[in-house]
Amino acid sequence: MNFWSFFLSHRHEILTATREHLVLVCVSMAIAVAIAVPVGFLIVAFPRGRSIALAIANIFQTIPSLALFGFLIPIPFLGGIGTRTAIVALVLYALLPILRNTYVGLTGIDPAILEAAEAMGMTERQIMFRVRLPLATSFILAGIRTAAVITIGVATIAAAIGAGGLGTFIFRGVAMVSNAVILAGAIPSALLALLADYSLGLLERKLKVV
Amino acid sequence: MPKTMIEFQDVGCVLNAKNPQAILSGISLEIADGQVVALLGRSGSGKTTMLKTVNRLRAFTSGDVLVDGRSVNTWDVIKLRRRIGYVIQETGLFPHLTVEENVCVVPHLERWPAERTRSRFREVMDLVGLHADDYARRYPRELSGGQRQRVGVARALAADPAILLMDEPFGALDPITRADLQQAFLNTARRVAKTIVLVTHDLREALLLASRIVLLDAGRIVASASSNEFLKLDHPTAHQFIAASELRTGTAA
Repeated sequence: MNFWSFFLSHRHEILTATREHLVLVCVSMAIAVAIAVPVGFLIVAFPRGRSIALAIANIFQTIPSLALFGFLIPIPFLGGIGTRTAIVALVLYALLPILRNTYVGLTGIDPAILEAAEAMGMTERQIMFRVRLPLATSFILAGIRTAAVITIGVATIAAAIGAGGLGTFIFRGVAMVSNAVILAGAIPSALLALLADYSLGLLERKLKVV
Repeated sequence: MPKTMIEFQDVGCVLNAKNPQAILSGISLEIADGQVVALLGRSGSGKTTMLKTVNRLRAFTSGDVLVDGRSVNTWDVIKLRRRIGYVIQETGLFPHLTVEENVCVVPHLERWPAERTRSRFREVMDLVGLHADDYARRYPRELSGGQRQRVGVARALAADPAILLMDEPFGALDPITRADLQQAFLNTARRVAKTIVLVTHDLREALLLASRIVLLDAGRIVASASSNEFLKLDHPTAHQFIAASELRTGTAA
């Protein structure tokens, strides 16, 4: 069976899978950003928690993705079979790039600028929100971009625990030893990744200050 | 006799608690309102540390520093800093803000009415010799080093502080731009009548800009003299500076 005929005859199914995939990615990314960005601010304000937070985020990143999905299945509330478990795993994966870039962006600021801010009588809070944050925005966005590309790729594995998405075709294709079926999942996934990378890259350049 | 604006009382300062090596010791100095004082010394002589004790960017470990008759440690640090202008070599302009926003940072923090902030912006830009309309919407990266430094001075003057602290403000500039800015500094200083403390390692600059020169060496004040008398000083460190600047008694530029 060739790729185009499979693609055309299954286009509705592929579209549905793409939609599921996007939902998985968007929900996971939203949660990961909502956790990692504030934690990034906290570890800048309270440096004691820094190594622990970065180490935890690092550990999740080192677990092979298929294993992480597997580990989560028996865990009550968070785990089980299906979308919820997949989202938990994807969030854990996306945390590190966002957290690390938030931290680096907020702390990697020219010391002369921070000294000037302090000398002008800015409070800690004013330095954080009027100086560090605007100068770190493009860094934070770069982290979100990296995380988005990773998440789109890893989300294909979510099909292994019944969460749907484009991975469904990949797993099916592997089982059937059919490149056409694998490509029906892999190509849309790759296109999504490229699109996310390009559009977030544009936004990042637009927000870059120096 | 003008009142004393800044007073150092036997100030001592160590590197940090773990490494109690003295950076400053026995610093005593009175600076009168409206005086321009240069702290002269080699790298590592403690001149910048001494400057930073005034606006509490640097804590001292013994003695006391008084600003306007009150120990800086009893001042609310935010209020203290907003009353003291601060200029550094790399200017520390905020790259994400326009020239106008940079200059008006302290007026904004102090919530001045918009009209007053705008007119003050024109005033201080005029003081440093820049045309307000030409620069208001530009970003620091679009300016030359000399222009950035002028904007840095305008920013320090914006909230009309009584004291101006300058840490090698002209150090990073080429000789011609530096001479320009030194001239601009003299014009500005004459017009604003502020207490100015200037850190420099350049004796010529100190002689040109300051009415009094305080010489530091290894964290101690080794000499303090009016600009006229400095060249006659009989102190080895003073001799070194004079020799290095190719200045001789009686032939001062």
